[in-house]
Amino acid sequence: MESFYTFFNSNLILIYLLIFTIVLGFEVISKVPTVLHTPLMSGANAISGVVIIGAILLIRQAAPDDYLTLSLGTFAIVLGMINVVGGFAVTDRMLEMFKKKKKAN
Amino acid sequence: MAFNFFINLSYLIGAVAFVWGLRLLSSPDSARRGNLLAGFGMAVAIIATMLLPMARVANNYAWIIGGMLVGGLIGFITAKRVKMTAMPQMVSIFNGLGGACAVVLAIAELNNNYTGMSEMSTGGIGIALFTLFIGGVAFTGSLLAFAKLEGLVWDSTVTLPYHNIINIILLLVTVACGIYTFVNGSLTLSIVFMVLSLLYGYSFVAPIGGADMPVVISLLNSFTGLSAAAAGLIYNNNIMLVGGILVGASGTILTVLMCEAMNRSLLNVLIGGFGGSSTSAKGTDGDQVAKEVTLNDAAIQLFYSQSVMIVPGYGLAVAQAQKVCKEMDDLLEANGVDVKYAIHPVAGRMPGHMNVLLAEADVPYPKLLDLEDANSALKNTDIVVIVGANDVVNPAAEDDPGSPIYGMPVLKVWDAKNIIVLKRSMRPGYAGIQNPLFFHEKNKMLFGDAKDSLGKLVGEIKSL
Repeated sequence: MESFYTFFNSNLILIYLLIFTIVLGFEVISKVPTVLHTPLMSGANAISGVVIIGAILLIRQAAPDDYLTLSLGTFAIVLGMINVVGGFAVTDRMLEMFKKKKKAN
Repeated sequence: MAFNFFINLSYLIGAVAFVWGLRLLSSPDSARRGNLLAGFGMAVAIIATMLLPMARVANNYAWIIGGMLVGGLIGFITAKRVKMTAMPQMVSIFNGLGGACAVVLAIAELNNNYTGMSEMSTGGIGIALFTLFIGGVAFTGSLLAFAKLEGLVWDSTVTLPYHNIINIILLLVTVACGIYTFVNGSLTLSIVFMVLSLLYGYSFVAPIGGADMPVVISLLNSFTGLSAAAAGLIYNNNIMLVGGILVGASGTILTVLMCEAMNRSLLNVLIGGFGGSSTSAKGTDGDQVAKEVTLNDAAIQLFYSQSVMIVPGYGLAVAQAQKVCKEMDDLLEANGVDVKYAIHPVAGRMPGHMNVLLAEADVPYPKLLDLEDANSALKNTDIVVIVGANDVVNPAAEDDPGSPIYGMPVLKVWDAKNIIVLKRSMRPGYAGIQNPLFFHEKNKMLFGDAKDSLGKLVGEIKSL
């Protein structure tokens, strides 16, 4: 139990961040109307590509001859980047269609 | 020091851009700006990570930039080419890639730890194992969901007898293995745990299918978000944490909404209720006869009515009939008919899918009514035209406690004055349940392929 207390005390800011982000996330996202649920999902998909940052950190810290880590990291970057670029691009494509309507109306 | 400040500031800007971008998604007018803002936040975060000062590192920028170019190009081309009907597949596969990315990171970090290249805290190892599990489930689960949506596999071919019991055992074994790995840590054990997690992801999606697909996609979306957030904890990186949690929240909310729209608990969906096996509903409709309507009659009725409500289902999308539907809409509007669309939350194969398909056909979004608005508007509607929808307009959900969909919120089309159902045949819908609506006194059937029938209706209306 003692180690848990220590963990809690030393990571207090992180725990605050975690809880506030959860609350904020639910607040913001529950306001998205049904019409936009598909773009929300593909946009969220793009945001989940943020794990690419971990891959960048992994590669930057790897030794230049550590080919296993470098290959794994590069593979992760490819996957993450597909997610990021593909996700934002397809969401934009969808939302453009929603926007066009407005002018026509 | 000043440089560090700018890097940290960039992360902060990135995180705020994510939140604000999602906030702008609350209205179709500002949504596009919101998406661009979130994209900008991502770009800032990525550049900051590239420049982040680190002591004694090799950087290996060539590997990073190479990977980014390849991934970016693949993502861009896919995004430009994908058909809107295939959006659920694309979201699934991208989702899977996000999960896979988290798995690769976790295993690489565990490898570094166990081979002594770097040292992780006990908490760090626990988080890495959690990332491995949730990312692995999201990865193989999404791949199977993709294969199902593409029609590459059928529910019956991937479901084993007693699949639910197998799933529970597999989950218990996987969790036990995870705990054992945590206590007795080694690379081999971590790899075994990863394989088990991947296996579980596949097995857990296997029995879920058909009309439950929107729930699965939403749930896997939230898993990917959680895996990204967990990876953020490994690297002690706030923006990964914030981004991951936002995605997790979005996936969770959509999962809950989809379950509510079907009046089923998440557990019930996961066990695979009626998705695959068609439960026998009451079979008393054998001697009932559905009335048919001729094209000419239908056209006249529509043309001289005050208000028309179109209820599109996935059948409309399959038949690629959105454009011709919009053509009919335009013709009727020109004659002063008020045309609206009633969209059930689970119409289509992912949340909000039908709205995108109609938007692509240039239907203005104020015409798209959600379940609640549609039900109040239906009372004052002259004619409902149901195109390729079935279970979402089934009155059994309201008045037949024996029906598997009893209690599911449906579009009360029978409140309108007349109903026309466009349908290929009398075959039951996706969930395999007979629909008493077809024998309703207000209802008339117009048999044929949705696109074909609508095309002919347009022709008839033009000749009036």
